[in-house]
Amino acid sequence: MDNKTLRNMLIGLAVLVILTPLGLLAIGETFGEWGNEELKDKIGYVPEGMEKISSLWEAPLPDYALPGFENFSASAIIYIISALLGVAICGGLLYYWGRRVTRDRPD
Amino acid sequence: MHVPDGYLGPHTYIPLWILMIPIWAYAARRLSEELRSRQVPLLALSAAFSFVIMMFNVPIPGGSTGHAVGGAIVGIVLGPWAAVISISVALVLQALMFGDGGITAIPANCLTMAVLMPFSAYYIYRIISGKSDILSSRRVAAAAVAGYVSLTLAAGATGFLFGIQPILEQDASGMPLYMPYGLNVTMPAMLIEHVLGFGFLEALVTALIFAYIQKADPSLLIGAMRGPRGNSASSG
Repeated sequence: MDNKTLRNMLIGLAVLVILTPLGLLAIGETFGEWGNEELKDKIGYVPEGMEKISSLWEAPLPDYALPGFENFSASAIIYIISALLGVAICGGLLYYWGRRVTRDRPD
Repeated sequence: MHVPDGYLGPHTYIPLWILMIPIWAYAARRLSEELRSRQVPLLALSAAFSFVIMMFNVPIPGGSTGHAVGGAIVGIVLGPWAAVISISVALVLQALMFGDGGITAIPANCLTMAVLMPFSAYYIYRIISGKSDILSSRRVAAAAVAGYVSLTLAAGATGFLFGIQPILEQDASGMPLYMPYGLNVTMPAMLIEHVLGFGFLEALVTALIFAYIQKADPSLLIGAMRGPRGNSASSG
């Protein structure tokens, strides 16, 4: 990949990162991703097994948000930071791994 | 399509872990053998892109929201085995750090979005493209169709995993232990919103990026013309 294409793709990615808060505007539910309370509203109970393992893991930034910072501008900033973390960690890991395994390859 | 913890019972997620671990191991080995050093930035970008594109929630009529995955374009450009690794990295990070998709459900989500999706997209793209020129608009159309169909397939597979839960996992009185809705609800729910909505979004994303790469650096697409086990000596 030539440098110009790489640069343009990085610019494209940066624009997407800045625009990610648009994704916060979508209000609605996603099928099969209801929280326990939402499911209780739907069917009147929370299945027993689900209750046991649904809170198995506490993510540091649940749903790309920080609990307590709920107004739109704060959520937008945390959403962008989440996107940046995602880009840095996913991109960084694969870049590092890719460089290592292709160390001895000419192209 | 990110299945959370609690929706799939152990009779589903344990076999899926057992299935996915060798797939990841094989994909990593294939990729480490076949990856070319000039593809490394693109590989890194692809995972970053997939991570970000999944944050763009889009509403569709009916009150549902969803997003594109990017699994199709990554499968087409870098090949399906590279996409397995790239999309899985994004999905695992989403689960661990952002609670988007469950920990127990990691192999389910990776199977649908990081395996089924790029593989189906890759083969659909190749079949429709045929022997057409790498710069032809037929290939853009092939990429769009691949995006649309592959996302829909992944959604259908997720609907299937959801829908078999009430059959597989019940308590002594026959109450569902995990996802309470059966196939009669989960299949149409997952399929309809992807057939009528998000599939078009994935098609658009796939076609736009494909057309850009065609214009900017079609040499990146040469790899997609070869079989999955590409011969890196032929275009070195």
